[in-house]
Amino acid sequence: MNARDRAAEAAAGVRDPEMPMLTLADLGILRGVEVIPDGRGGETVVASITPTYTGCPAMATMRDDLVHRLNDAGFPRVEVRVVLDPPWSSDWISERGRAALREAGLSPPGPARRASGPVALTLGPPRRAPACPRCGSTATRPTSEFGSTACKALYRCTDCLEPFEHVKEI
Amino acid sequence: MNDDQTTGTPGSVFDGLVEAGGDSSQWAFGTGFEDPLAGVDTTVPDGAAPAALAAYCLMLGDDALIMSQRLAEWCSRAPDLEEDIALANMALDLLGQARLLLARAAAADPGAVPALPAGSPVPAEDALAFFRDAGGFRNVRLAEVPNGDFAHVVVRLLLFATARLALLERLRGSRDGVLAAVAAKGVKEVAYHRDWAGRWFLTLARGTSESRRRLVAALGALWPLLPELFAPHPVETSLAATGVGVDPASIGDEVDAVLAQVLAVSGVDRPDAAPAPGPSGRDGDHTAAFGPLLAEMQEVARAHPMGLW
Repeated sequence: MNARDRAAEAAAGVRDPEMPMLTLADLGILRGVEVIPDGRGGETVVASITPTYTGCPAMATMRDDLVHRLNDAGFPRVEVRVVLDPPWSSDWISERGRAALREAGLSPPGPARRASGPVALTLGPPRRAPACPRCGSTATRPTSEFGSTACKALYRCTDCLEPFEHVKEI
Repeated sequence: MNDDQTTGTPGSVFDGLVEAGGDSSQWAFGTGFEDPLAGVDTTVPDGAAPAALAAYCLMLGDDALIMSQRLAEWCSRAPDLEEDIALANMALDLLGQARLLLARAAAADPGAVPALPAGSPVPAEDALAFFRDAGGFRNVRLAEVPNGDFAHVVVRLLLFATARLALLERLRGSRDGVLAAVAAKGVKEVAYHRDWAGRWFLTLARGTSESRRRLVAALGALWPLLPELFAPHPVETSLAATGVGVDPASIGDEVDAVLAQVLAVSGVDRPDAAPAPGPSGRDGDHTAAFGPLLAEMQEVARAHPMGLW
């Protein structure tokens, strides 16, 4: 395996600090890994990440975790860059990531709304019908559009009564 | 923070929490702040004056920062846990937007950043948030007036988020890459804020006579502060002309249409209150309530200008 592949593999294995069942690669937060030779036999790994939400307080931890993981993989010089464009979308969560969310009792996001033109006002309940991660019923009701982290809404299953978290579409 | 010797003092209760010579970055945000725009191209676009771009970023950033501070004051005071969490979430989204916008202001014009003692580790966006005096803040008054009851925060958020969403939708086309990116992300976040406020507006209007009375009172009190959000400041006009900013006058119709929809569904009349006279927050003139807000927000940072967080 060449240096770039080794660095990419190490970076891809770093887990999200708030949803540790997902790696940064599963979440679509890791946007790229490059190995840049310095011309003197050394090299710097440049890893690019994008925040899920602008105020995501986990960004600094992700940066530190990436640096540590890459250091451990034999890359002493690591630079973590922020990519703001294009903005993160929940559509970037991988199939493996969605399965891991379900496995952990969280409901994965549906398709995000398209980002152009004015955003239509929604005064009714959110237009989505997440399935209960416990019993699979789609008879679920939103408790709140905001949850324990910026990326989650709160739901309750009206069949089995299980409260659960739904990863929001953005 | 660790601007004292706490973690290294022999016999301290903190002994053992951090390995000797080990890495303490797992604590809070680590011991070193990193640039939130690390690796992002912050070149000022052709035709935009750096000082004007910085002032514009402060306007957008201060609106978010001060609104965030008022929302954060709700923490532990909301009617139930879900709404407490919702208000804190929205405060966090706006704080994130403020951080990027203040960092962008500093990158455009380092002269806008207050001077701190030599060797201070305070990053530029924190220096702007915590070490500017009231006259340096460019937020609108709607963001700063004191909190009231739950109906008050619902109405304030409805007005604020409806206008901010319309503005960010247009700002996605900015020639400044950072502003365009912050806007593209902000649209997704603020759409949730507006819809939360719209749903609660409807719920309170159609709830009990008491909830409706409070809602109408809050609407009447805050409505006069809305026109300030559409009044173009010369900085906004000049940046709109170069395709970097958005003329706030251009969002009036869209905001009107959205608010008319919410009012109609809720069966609430549009207030006919005149615009609030008085100073413009965009010029750094603020209400009497702004000083105490800043004092609370800035107190700890100002007491420790050499602090590392």
